[in-house]
Amino acid sequence: MSVPLALLGLLEREPSHGYDLKRDYDTFFGGGKSLPFGQVYSTLGRLARDGKVTAGQNEPGDGPDRKRYAITPLGSGEVEAWLAEPVAAEPYLHTVLFTKVVLSLMLGRDAAGYLDAQRATHLRRMRELTEIKRTGNLVDALLADHGMFRLEADLRWIDITQARLGALAEAVRDR
Amino acid sequence: MIVNALLRAEEISRSYGDTPALREASLSVTAGEVLAVMGPSGSGKSTLLHCLAGIFTPDSGEVWFDGRRLDTLDDGRRSELRRTAFGFVFQFGQLVPELTVADNVALPLLLGRTRRKDAYARAASWLERLELADLGGRRTGELSGGQAQRVAIARALVTGPRVVFADEPTGALDSLTGELVMELLVALAREEGTTVIVVTHDARVAASADREIVVRDGRVTDPYASGVGR
Repeated sequence: MSVPLALLGLLEREPSHGYDLKRDYDTFFGGGKSLPFGQVYSTLGRLARDGKVTAGQNEPGDGPDRKRYAITPLGSGEVEAWLAEPVAAEPYLHTVLFTKVVLSLMLGRDAAGYLDAQRATHLRRMRELTEIKRTGNLVDALLADHGMFRLEADLRWIDITQARLGALAEAVRDR
Repeated sequence: MIVNALLRAEEISRSYGDTPALREASLSVTAGEVLAVMGPSGSGKSTLLHCLAGIFTPDSGEVWFDGRRLDTLDDGRRSELRRTAFGFVFQFGQLVPELTVADNVALPLLLGRTRRKDAYARAASWLERLELADLGGRRTGELSGGQAQRVAIARALVTGPRVVFADEPTGALDSLTGELVMELLVALAREEGTTVIVVTHDARVAASADREIVVRDGRVTDPYASGVGR
């Protein structure tokens, strides 16, 4: 997640204080992990330096920073370009799962047992995400769905691999 | 083996001609538990379900339900048990197309000689719980796939079964509808304390269950029994 671009995007809705930006970031994108205030203000400082936001005058009131930040046309252009640009597909194919299966086959260890254990672990996580979907709000449900589809992709790979273990073992040992 | 199992299979095997479908499969399910039976096509998971439900008898091994040996009962007793203690949901609903939605839901009660008025009252109550109250007079052919499966769930639960067997209940539905149907089935089963055994190849459906077992080449792998799933 690009924190500067996410903050810029939130600012495009309306000028906001750092505190409000942090709150909205945590709500929509934090995933249970809070963005430190220090990071919010240092990021806003860099965006102001680069001409992507402007910082208003200090407003009266309590708190460390009472400036209201607004996005500039340069910042809006950057958000627009970023939102339209597709994310690169996962570049790596050699995941830990893959490595463990190949090594297990090479070494004559229990690859099928490992895949069973991995399936159970993935399904346990899917159960947790299903519960989040059942009890959470729509944003939580959307995020849980994203996680579930990724786990599903792994599970399909696990099933296909398990069905081909014999042939894979021969291929790995022959190389 | 799980202590206090409601339904238990002990080393059951079943073949179709020379082709083995189940090989010494064992499992236990407790009352109120939701169990997913996963595995590739042709692995034997539907055969396992049919043996547990008393539709098939295994060639060897034992099936126990609520302290009673199920596989040695005669056809008539197994049939009665299926009607009174078990409910079924299949992939394509298998509703009777000539009958209305209310008729379909009331049917298991009418076959069990419940009075007509009581049967329809209970059917109406279940249709309401499944948000189908307005559709009682429709023919089942007029329903969407998701509505038909909700009717099938009402029909499965209307007799107050101890166990519901569901064979790929969302297999013919799109993802979102399938998810809603599964959510309803699990929620209602939990409210009623009903055990659910659901055969599925869909990880999302399995994730609605309390635990899963995997059937491969007719053999059962229970990651929780062996400890790897903990």
